[in-house]
Amino acid sequence: MTLNDVWFAAIAVLWVGYFVLEGFDFGVGMLLPLLAKDGTERRVMINTIGPVWDGNEVWLLTAGGATFAAFPEWYASLFSGFYLPLLLILVALILRGVAFEYRAKRDSDRWRAGWDRCIEIGSFVPALLWGVAFANIVRGVKLDADHEYVGTFWDLLNPYAILGGLVTLTLFATHGAIFLALKTTGDIRKRAGALALKLGVAAAVLAVAFLAWTQAQSGGNAWSVILAVLAALSLVGALVAIYRGREGWSFTLSAVAVGVAVVSLFVVLYPDVLPSTISPANSLTVQNAAATPKTLGIMTWVAVIFLPLVLLYQSWTYWVFRRRIGVRDIPA
Amino acid sequence: MDALDLARWQFGITTVYHWLFVPITIGMSLLVAMVHTAWVRTGKPHYLRATKFWGKLLLINFAMGVVTGIVQEFQFGMNWSSYSRFVGDIFGAPLAMEALLAFFLESTFLGLWIFGWDRLPKKLHLACIWLVAFGTMLSGYFILAANSFMQWPVGFTIANGRAELTDFGAVLTNKVVLATFPHTIFAAWLSAGIVFMAVSAWHVGRRRDLDVFRPSLKLGLWTALISFVLIFFSGDTLGKIMTETQPMKMAAAEALYETMQPAPFSLLTIGTLDGTEPIFQLEIPGALSFLATGSFDGKVQGINDLQAQYEKEFGPGDYRPYIPITYWGFRLMIGAGALAALIALVLLWLTRKGRIPERRWIWSVAVWSVVLPIVAHSFGWIFTEMGRQPWIVFSQMETVAGVSPSVSAGTVLFSLIVFTLLYGVLAVVELGLMIKYGRKAPPPVEPPKEDDDSTLAFAY
Repeated sequence: MTLNDVWFAAIAVLWVGYFVLEGFDFGVGMLLPLLAKDGTERRVMINTIGPVWDGNEVWLLTAGGATFAAFPEWYASLFSGFYLPLLLILVALILRGVAFEYRAKRDSDRWRAGWDRCIEIGSFVPALLWGVAFANIVRGVKLDADHEYVGTFWDLLNPYAILGGLVTLTLFATHGAIFLALKTTGDIRKRAGALALKLGVAAAVLAVAFLAWTQAQSGGNAWSVILAVLAALSLVGALVAIYRGREGWSFTLSAVAVGVAVVSLFVVLYPDVLPSTISPANSLTVQNAAATPKTLGIMTWVAVIFLPLVLLYQSWTYWVFRRRIGVRDIPA
Repeated sequence: MDALDLARWQFGITTVYHWLFVPITIGMSLLVAMVHTAWVRTGKPHYLRATKFWGKLLLINFAMGVVTGIVQEFQFGMNWSSYSRFVGDIFGAPLAMEALLAFFLESTFLGLWIFGWDRLPKKLHLACIWLVAFGTMLSGYFILAANSFMQWPVGFTIANGRAELTDFGAVLTNKVVLATFPHTIFAAWLSAGIVFMAVSAWHVGRRRDLDVFRPSLKLGLWTALISFVLIFFSGDTLGKIMTETQPMKMAAAEALYETMQPAPFSLLTIGTLDGTEPIFQLEIPGALSFLATGSFDGKVQGINDLQAQYEKEFGPGDYRPYIPITYWGFRLMIGAGALAALIALVLLWLTRKGRIPERRWIWSVAVWSVVLPIVAHSFGWIFTEMGRQPWIVFSQMETVAGVSPSVSAGTVLFSLIVFTLLYGVLAVVELGLMIKYGRKAPPPVEPPKEDDDSTLAFAY
């Protein structure tokens, strides 16, 4: 295993961290209009992720920065090639982040309603588009010999990618609903559990179709098949657990499902990082997209020291805010 | 306009905008940590009220810095993919480290600080805001180390058509970052000091909540003054390093066309519209020599000589930055910063020994001077970046070569319009909230509740 492989794995880990964590807070944001009956319930939902969503989002910045550092060619081709989807994601993340902080800053229903739309749309758009983006990465895009993207925006919206988007959308919504069932009390907890079950069935059907399509497209890869099956089983397990009212287990299993599904896609992708559909010779791989061994070596030390530290204090945050929240807890 | 110009405008607009909020965040998190410490150590309720009051303004501002920061990281790949390919081996590492070491720290502990009142032990809760303050400065170090590579590339070799890392220690201890970092951090403290001064002045001038705002005013004034002294000396060091590393930028800062020994500091130059010829000049003899070299009769190279020298070194081309911008940018940075410090000094004198001046205009000046550090920061960066032109990485890559070849002008224009509109609306919203919460009375200290387990200490 070379340093290039280590960094391919490290990038996968960062995306797993990002999707497992921000996946549920996207879910919570999207479910605001579906679950909350009134303003107080909205506040209950938003406060379940209040102390943690920003820390969750840093996983994205770290994944982006690490890709830049470890695979500059990948970063350059991906970010310039996926320009418009990334622009939409940026706008969504900006509106959403500001909305969390500002929604309670004026005592006006219109003001709050406006920001709540920002949270809902700002969660929905990235939840959909990250799936579209990842499906395109796995499927490959039109890269020329200089590794420049020569396709259009519409090429990125192919059926396979749209299916990928629907998978992340429903999966994150399910993950978020399970998280809400785990973190709330009272009526909203029950409704979140029931909704998780419905959304989860849709997510499971879409995910199985997507993973099967992925295998058919890539010609089948034993490890990724095993991982894909494992992801599907975890999701089913999560649904069984939520049905039985075991919210802790359900959340653990849905987190595993999201994480393992991401890993399975990275396994399909390897050793490419961004395949070219024009010619395999144009594909970006862990070799030709990478930084020098020197940079990779330094970054390895940095990651080995600091990533566990981050995990430690971030886990501690979740421990500090482990209590369930109910309508009763919201100050007038 | 072509994709290059549009990408440059986009970088300029989004970066200056991002930097409207960041210095205030860096400085204010430190000042809030200090006020919070004062409360934990003395237990005096007005310090608690002050912590909550300033904490709220900090959070309103923090949010904007965070969300506009994501754009910055994505933008290198989106608009500047050729640049990213060329420097990624060196430039990516500080960005990744900024996220891993600093952003996680800031965002996680900020969440703990916001929601941790009454839930964490007092001292642990206090430690959270100190970690936030530390994180903001750490993040500044990494991004400035990355920027300093563009100003003065070190620790690399050109191989395989790109810049490859040879010495990461050299990148992190680039003499430019060692001078830029303190200068930038001190300037951030000045901003926060002036924000404390301006907001406190609004209340003190109306004699409201004096127990909270008199100490806050004093803290702001002293912070501003001390920071200015530090800015002055760190700026002096930075000026000399700039002369050494990028003499063209120093010449452009002064619109010094011909090499001079000794060189005067220009107070006012009016040039031709294309910025290539001076028409009228007013100057202090020898001052530029001192600024650039430390001696009043040092030799300072002029734009025309440097242009000839660079043509020999790098081949034919125009190596002059756009002089009107560098010249006025440099002056606005120094002028606005100095004026802010002067106002702080005067106000410190007027409020000595508990005095509260009666004249309303004094307080109005103090309130309005909040724009001065913002102007100084913006033009400082416009000068720094425009003064590096035509290079994106000095002496290694020209800006024209850095832009994404696969992204059309129309696409960049579209995103430029989207960001400008979005940022414009958010600026109005942010400013509205800062004014609203800046004018509010600090919250009363709540009596400790019996069952404070049942309600959230802070709920969105």
